[in-house]
Amino acid sequence: MIEYALLFAALCYGVALLLDLWRIAQGPSSADRILALDTMVINVIALLVLYGIWRGTAVYFEAAMLIAMVGFVSTVAYCRFLLRGDIIE
Amino acid sequence: MSQTAELLISLALVMSGLFGFVGSYGLVKLRTTMQRLHAPTKATTLGVGGVLIASMIYFYAKTGHISIHELLISLFLFLTAPITANFIAKAYMARNLRGEDLPPSGGAYGWSIYDDAPDGAPTAPPETSKAP
Repeated sequence: MIEYALLFAALCYGVALLLDLWRIAQGPSSADRILALDTMVINVIALLVLYGIWRGTAVYFEAAMLIAMVGFVSTVAYCRFLLRGDIIE
Repeated sequence: MSQTAELLISLALVMSGLFGFVGSYGLVKLRTTMQRLHAPTKATTLGVGGVLIASMIYFYAKTGHISIHELLISLFLFLTAPITANFIAKAYMARNLRGEDLPPSGGAYGWSIYDDAPDGAPTAPPETSKAP
């Protein structure tokens, strides 16, 4: 039962990643693209945790944690660049 | 692994998958950027939260230890999601809205997106906006 639920969740997140990609390509403003990129990071975190459950190891939590941190910093850096034209003033 | 644990894990996984999909579908479907800011909140809170709950139950049922890695990830996401949303909204406003279109800030100076806050005491009403 868990295998099917895992497959279903991974499928949902895969389609969600594709939709984010469409928004990145389409997005009228750069804020849309940053938002879609942030959503992609969150979906990839979920996919990594799903992969960890599927393999039955806890190794991937560290990777998910790292991606969460780096994703947050990159989103803030993009927004900062749009706001001020500079990242570290 | 007991039947109850399997049922709980599957339920959390299916729910989180649906919410993650709804978050990204809203990102595509909603009309304006400010509306689109709502959608990824669902993906963060319920989607990733559900996956992490499923993973906690799975590893507890498998090894008997409660792991707190998942709680760390969801705590971090809960902390950072409002900050990113605020930053994206500010970036959108600086790019696409003019300071004159907004209601007055009610303070001695304008909104912080368009005008720098004064160093010391409140100064006179600010000059023109300097959005790039």
